[in-house]
Amino acid sequence: MSNKNGKVVGILAEFENPAALIKAASALRDNGFKDFDCYTPFPVHGMDRAMGLKRSKLGFVVGIMGLLGGSGGLLMQWWMSAVDYPLIISGKPFFSLPAFIPVVFELTVLLASFGAVFGMWHFNRLPRLHHPVFYSERFSKATDDGFFVAIEASDPQFDAQKNEELFKSLGAVHIELLQEDEQEVKEEPVLQTA
Amino acid sequence: MKTKFNRDTFRITEPGNLGKFALIAGIGGLALSAAGYFTDSKQFYFSYLTAFAFWATIGLGGLFFTMLHHLTSATWSVVLRRLTETVMASLPILIILFLPVVLGMHDLYHWTHKDVVEQDAVLKSKAAYLNVPFFLVRTGLYFLIWFLLSRSLYGTSLKEDQGSSPDLTMKMKRVSAPGMVLFGLTLTYASFDWLMSLDPHWYSTIYGVYVFSGSVLAILSFLVLVALYLRKQEILDDVITVEHYHDLGKLLFAFTVFWAYIAFSQFMLIWYANIPEETLFFQHRWHGSWKVVSMIILFGHFVIPFVVLLTRAAKRNLLILKVMAVWLLLMHWVDIYWLVMPTLHKEGAVVSWLDVTTMVGVGGIFVWLFWNRFVSQPIVPVNDPKFAASVQFENI
Repeated sequence: MSNKNGKVVGILAEFENPAALIKAASALRDNGFKDFDCYTPFPVHGMDRAMGLKRSKLGFVVGIMGLLGGSGGLLMQWWMSAVDYPLIISGKPFFSLPAFIPVVFELTVLLASFGAVFGMWHFNRLPRLHHPVFYSERFSKATDDGFFVAIEASDPQFDAQKNEELFKSLGAVHIELLQEDEQEVKEEPVLQTA
Repeated sequence: MKTKFNRDTFRITEPGNLGKFALIAGIGGLALSAAGYFTDSKQFYFSYLTAFAFWATIGLGGLFFTMLHHLTSATWSVVLRRLTETVMASLPILIILFLPVVLGMHDLYHWTHKDVVEQDAVLKSKAAYLNVPFFLVRTGLYFLIWFLLSRSLYGTSLKEDQGSSPDLTMKMKRVSAPGMVLFGLTLTYASFDWLMSLDPHWYSTIYGVYVFSGSVLAILSFLVLVALYLRKQEILDDVITVEHYHDLGKLLFAFTVFWAYIAFSQFMLIWYANIPEETLFFQHRWHGSWKVVSMIILFGHFVIPFVVLLTRAAKRNLLILKVMAVWLLLMHWVDIYWLVMPTLHKEGAVVSWLDVTTMVGVGGIFVWLFWNRFVSQPIVPVNDPKFAASVQFENI
């Protein structure tokens, strides 16, 4: 346990290998934990199921954005070329679908990609500047050979003592409390009274 | 009689009836078609060319898929490799089935008429390329290249069955790299020669890519159907899993879009430029009932498969995948029919019984060649270092 004394924001446990981590994640899921996440150096098959994650809704966001892009692109070209500023171009009708398809296609792709990137940010709660797991020195192993799971203090079942025991029983090789660094508390000047 | 196989050696112990059925259908189809030759030889040649091009594009798709697999060092498709290799190995033998096209050249290809070429400035200037001897030499060369590539890749793969070594893996990659370039060139020029020169005044530089996109769709559909046929007989049902079908479904979806992209690119440039010698191609295919066929291709080859295959659930549903594979093969045939037939039936689409018999004839022989070879070897590359990983493959 750390000897910092700032606010407790979560508890971090390290496991030996992906299989042990999957087992731990399933146990947390079955115990009804909500605010926990796993951190691994590479994607681990079956982790979504072990953590009890539902399928991402991102696909629907991308689909809807793509449809908006396509129909918006068509509407824009119709309004520009057939309504607001009609021009005869190489003898084609003002509203000529084949000529509009490339722009419709490109805008579909563009808005769908915006939907994918920004939708992903939204669902991952990005961008954010800091995360409790970074209070741990050891956590940098997550990009190398460490398999971590962290329960955040916001979880209704968060209890440092009990969670530590649970992690121990699941075979964690290292457990540490995630604590904010100690805040320097400035002493308020005491008013001199006469 | 059911096909049976040994789960340890991955060898077929009883080949079942498919080979026999295919051979009977092939010979029967070709015999009926030959009878049709004596009643309407022109119709016979055009129907035959359509059927030949259909099955040749499946063979070419097999060659492409195999080389792509090696070049990308793919893991998921290892379990499908022997299937694509066997399709590839059947391709060079199609040179025998090309003979009727050679015999019918005078009926099929306008540019083979010397008197016509004399009178035609455009054809005269193209005569250095479009002449009978050079055409035959080129076709021979395509088949030679396909033969050498498939012999090397298939032979190395069989050698790997005896014992794996990094050298064999590397050899297949080394052959595939220049092989892919040769594939691109031969497919492009073969499609120019066999199909585009039906209308010798017209040209489109994207034509080869168009035929290529159709051929990839055809091989993917073919793979789905063969794998499902095996699965029905409990062969490889725990090796080719729903994860592999999902990937085939993704590729089917992707190449549906790719096909549409290429088809539209060809159409839009010609439509926009509006130059008579180029628009003629679409003019023919917009005339009379050909317009209906064009619309069937637009919706059947793009819109319907696009919508159906869009979701993840559809790609993982084997029934939907099977229906789409049959549908896309049918559409591939309509597509080739649409490329070939307007040269013969200018006034509107006519479906002849010869279209059916030639398809069954050439197809029966092709499937027979494929199946006979397939059952004679282990049906997966058992010693591929990535084989186990391929079986366990999962989509994230």
